[in-house]
Amino acid sequence: MTEISLVDRIICAAAQAWKDDGEVLATGIGVVSRLAASLCMVSINTDLMMTDSEAWLVSEPVPVGPRKGYAPQRESWMGFSRIFDNVWGGKRHAMVGPTQIDRFGQANISMVGADYDRPKSMMLGVRGFPGNSINHANSFFVPNHSTKVLVAGEVDMVASVGYNPARLARGWSLDEIDIRFIFTNLCVLDFGGPAHQVRLVSLHPGVTAAQVQEATGFPLYLPENIPETPAPTAEQMELLARLDPHNLRASALG
Amino acid sequence: MSNKQMSAADVVAQMKDGMTVGIGGWGPRRKPMALVREILRSPLKDLTVVSYGGADVGMLCAAGKVKKLVFAFVSLDFIPLEPYFRMARQSGSIEVMEIDEGLFMLGLKAAGMRVPYIPTRVGLGTDVLKRNPSIALTASPYDGKEWVAMPALPLDVALLHVDRADTRGVCQIKGPDMYMDDLFARASRNTFVSCDELVDSSYFAQGDEARYVFWERSETTGVVHMPCGAHPSSCAPLYGFDVQHFKEYVASAKEADGWQKYAERYVHCGEEQYLERVGGVDAVRKLPLPVF
Repeated sequence: MTEISLVDRIICAAAQAWKDDGEVLATGIGVVSRLAASLCMVSINTDLMMTDSEAWLVSEPVPVGPRKGYAPQRESWMGFSRIFDNVWGGKRHAMVGPTQIDRFGQANISMVGADYDRPKSMMLGVRGFPGNSINHANSFFVPNHSTKVLVAGEVDMVASVGYNPARLARGWSLDEIDIRFIFTNLCVLDFGGPAHQVRLVSLHPGVTAAQVQEATGFPLYLPENIPETPAPTAEQMELLARLDPHNLRASALG
Repeated sequence: MSNKQMSAADVVAQMKDGMTVGIGGWGPRRKPMALVREILRSPLKDLTVVSYGGADVGMLCAAGKVKKLVFAFVSLDFIPLEPYFRMARQSGSIEVMEIDEGLFMLGLKAAGMRVPYIPTRVGLGTDVLKRNPSIALTASPYDGKEWVAMPALPLDVALLHVDRADTRGVCQIKGPDMYMDDLFARASRNTFVSCDELVDSSYFAQGDEARYVFWERSETTGVVHMPCGAHPSSCAPLYGFDVQHFKEYVASAKEADGWQKYAERYVHCGEEQYLERVGGVDAVRKLPLPVF
C-alpha cells in the first residue's frame, strides 16, 4: 500500500480516540493529530470543542494549510491563558508527538541524553506536558516507530507523567492518570494490558506483532487476536479531503 | 500627570548586572525585540531571563548575557528548535529552571499576588520536580494529598511590546492574544513597554478601545516609542513574523562566527539602521500574519 493510504488509515484510527469523551477540548498537535481530532469532531463526536490553533474556539474544524478565503467559525475567545484554565479543569484530550515514550506512558519533548546539564540534543523544553498529563487525557502519535522513540527504561526527561507508581506523590493514585493511545506508523497501542502494560490493539496491513515488538524498547502485551487497523471509509476519505485540501498529510510520515 | 516616555537606552540604564528580567510575548510572537537588541548593545551581564522563549532568549544566550534561564520552551514555532539556545544548553553554559508553561504562569501570578507559592497538581510525577529541587511539595490543610507549591517568580524588570500606548503607561494589545504579558507586568518591580504607536490618551476613550487594555497604568514604569519594535517577531494585527529574517538568523548559527556576523549586521548598527536593513517600517507592516 502507498504511504498516503497508510497515513489516512492512521488518521481515521486516531479519530476514534475522542469517541467517548463528550464535550471536551480536542487538541491535536501536528498535521496527523489535528486531522484526527478534526475528523472526530465532524463525524464521530460532534460535541468536541476545538481551537483555530491560535486564539479562538471554533464551531467547526479549520482546514489545515492556506485558507483561500475560508473564515474560521469562531465561537469563543481562547487565548493561551484560557487554555490553561481549561487544562486545569480537566475537560481536554490532547494528542501530541513526543520524542520519547516509555513503558509507563511517560513522555519527553525536552532533551535527549544522559547529562541534563549538557544535553546531547536540546529540544523544546517540557512545554505544557507536565500540566496536560496530570490534568486530562492524552494520546500520542509516533510517525517513526522505533526503539529510539519507544524507549527501554525511562525517557531521558519525564515531561509528562505516566502509569509509574514509583513517581506518585502522597495521596495520589494511578487512577488520576489517563494515558489513552499511541498511534504509530506500524500499529495502534493502548495501556490496557495487566497493570497498565502497553498493549497491541491493532496492526496496520503487512505489519506483524513480532515486527512491532522488535521496534519497541519494552515488552508489549500481545492479546491472542490482534485485528488489522480498519481501512478508512469512503465517507471518511471525503471528509479528509475537505479538512486537508492541500494534502499536507501526504508528507506527514516523513 | 507623570510622563513615562523614555528611550530604549534609558531602559537599559535602569538595569543592573545579575537582575531577573522577564520578557513578554510567546515564541516568535510580540517579543520586545528592540529592547532586547538594546541589551545586546550594552555591557549588561549575568541576567536571569524569564521567558516563553523565542529568538529573544536565543540572542541573549548567543551574546553571553544569560546566567540563568527560567523557561518552559524556547522555539520559533515554524522553526521548532532555537539554535543559539540549543548551543547554550548543549555546552552547559547556562543554568536553567525548566518548568511547565502553566507552572510558569502560576509563578508570575503568585509574584503579582504577593504570595510565596500557589498550590497545583502540575508537575507531579515529572522530572520538573527532580531537576528543580527548589520547587517543593506541600501537604494540604484540606486533604491528605501532597501538592506542588509553585514558588513565586518575582521579576526585577519586565520588558513587553504592545501595539500602542500613551505616555502615562496605558498599554493596548489589539492582537488576539495578550499571552502572559499582564502577569509579567504584575510580577515585576519595574515594567518597561515598547509600543508600535504612541497615542494621545483620548484614543482609549473611543469605541471599545479600552477593552484591549489588560493592566492598569500603575503597572507600567516606562514607555518607549519603537515602531516595529517586535520585529522579527510578530505584532498581530500590525505585522506577522518575518519568516525570511528568522531563516537567516537560524542559518547564521551554522557558521563558526555566525552570531558575530548577525550581530554586526543587525544589532551593533543601531535601531535606525536595523529598521532600514530589514526593509523599513512599510515593509515590516506588510509582513503577512501567520496562518496556524
